[in-house]
Amino acid sequence: MSGTAATPSLRRALWATLQRDLLVTARHRADAVTGLVFFVVVASLFPLGVGSETRLLREIGPGVVWVAALLASLLSLPRLFVADHADGTLEQLLLRPQPLALLALAKVAGHWLTTGLPLVLVSPLLGLQYGLPAEAIGVLALSLLVGTPVLSLLGAVAAALALGLRGAGVLTALIVLPLNAPLLIFGSGVVQAQMAGLPVAGLFSVLGALLAIGLVTVPFALAQAMRIACE
Amino acid sequence: MLETLDLACLRGDRRLFRDLNLRLEPGWLLRVEGANGSGKTSLLRLLAGLGLPAAGEVRWQGQPIRRQREAYAQALHYLGHLGGLKDELTPAENLRIEAALAGTPAVDEAAIAGALAHWGIARQAPLPLRVLSAGQKRRAALARLTLSPAPLWILDEPFNALDVDAAAQLGRLIESHVAGGGLAVVTSHMPLPVSPARLQTVRLG
Repeated sequence: MSGTAATPSLRRALWATLQRDLLVTARHRADAVTGLVFFVVVASLFPLGVGSETRLLREIGPGVVWVAALLASLLSLPRLFVADHADGTLEQLLLRPQPLALLALAKVAGHWLTTGLPLVLVSPLLGLQYGLPAEAIGVLALSLLVGTPVLSLLGAVAAALALGLRGAGVLTALIVLPLNAPLLIFGSGVVQAQMAGLPVAGLFSVLGALLAIGLVTVPFALAQAMRIACE
Repeated sequence: MLETLDLACLRGDRRLFRDLNLRLEPGWLLRVEGANGSGKTSLLRLLAGLGLPAAGEVRWQGQPIRRQREAYAQALHYLGHLGGLKDELTPAENLRIEAALAGTPAVDEAAIAGALAHWGIARQAPLPLRVLSAGQKRRAALARLTLSPAPLWILDEPFNALDVDAAAQLGRLIESHVAGGGLAVVTSHMPLPVSPARLQTVRLG
């Protein structure tokens, strides 16, 4: 098949993969809401635990919101491939003429749209809870907007690697948490820098670079992990 | 033409088969026989390219399938033990997405409705697959096969869970597929309700 003829069919296939995951999530709304509720509850428990001193809350706020986002994304990872593995849609995905890395990327996009984006959208509310100034709330939401796709990308590889193993959930967490350390440092760091009156452009560039590296490299690792899982 | 060259398969320490040389020309049906655990499914997965053989290789049109993944994927329709359909979606939604993934532009709503009616699950078309019986789910997966333009069918126990009528219908479908110049590889632990003119049999174990 020539390159020009393949393009529309690839776009159609990517859209179909994404659409299928979105439809399945739409039929399991409780699952999608769980991560979001977890995120809000964890972030809301901290002020109760550490007291209501404004200065302290402002200091820990960005870090707490970021850790909560990381844990919430972890919660939803097993769902990404387990059902596909059990019903045979994963092995069918391997047998498609389209590049598996791109199809896998479409799946990650579906995961981010249903689990990452909602966190970004409610994060301003949590920022208010921690008494962050308006600009810092904007920076927090923006840092999550750039960072949560990385959580989905790295999480997907770990979930695919752990597929079919016993204790897959714990293993996924053990793989993902250390890998996400840089993201956590720069993600919460950018908000703290903003509040300290420091320039944030450089830190945002680092977050953007992490996302760019993830987008370019992860799909190939993910495709390989999916092939291994189906052997 | 589908060929295997000195194909071998290991499962853990156990050797399921070795030095397997098959050659399937267009218009032929290959029946894979063998007891439970003799390696029928493993062979079919190797033929589909879902696993790496311990030795040897699988060739399609004279070329190793590993080196022509895209072309082979377009030529192949694989139906495993698992149907490959989503429980949360209706049969029609499943088929629509499958058609988009397979890149078959000829499959429109009428074709999907026709395939579902052909397999007797038109009434279940608006229901999620989850509430269908095992046999009806299998029929939905076979409706997908009906819509497939692929010349090579690899079907793992396709008659499982089907009632007598559906099994006969699938038998006719496979017969007409190979009569029209297609190739089919089918496993079954029971006598096949198929009697095409050109039948090859391989016995494992």
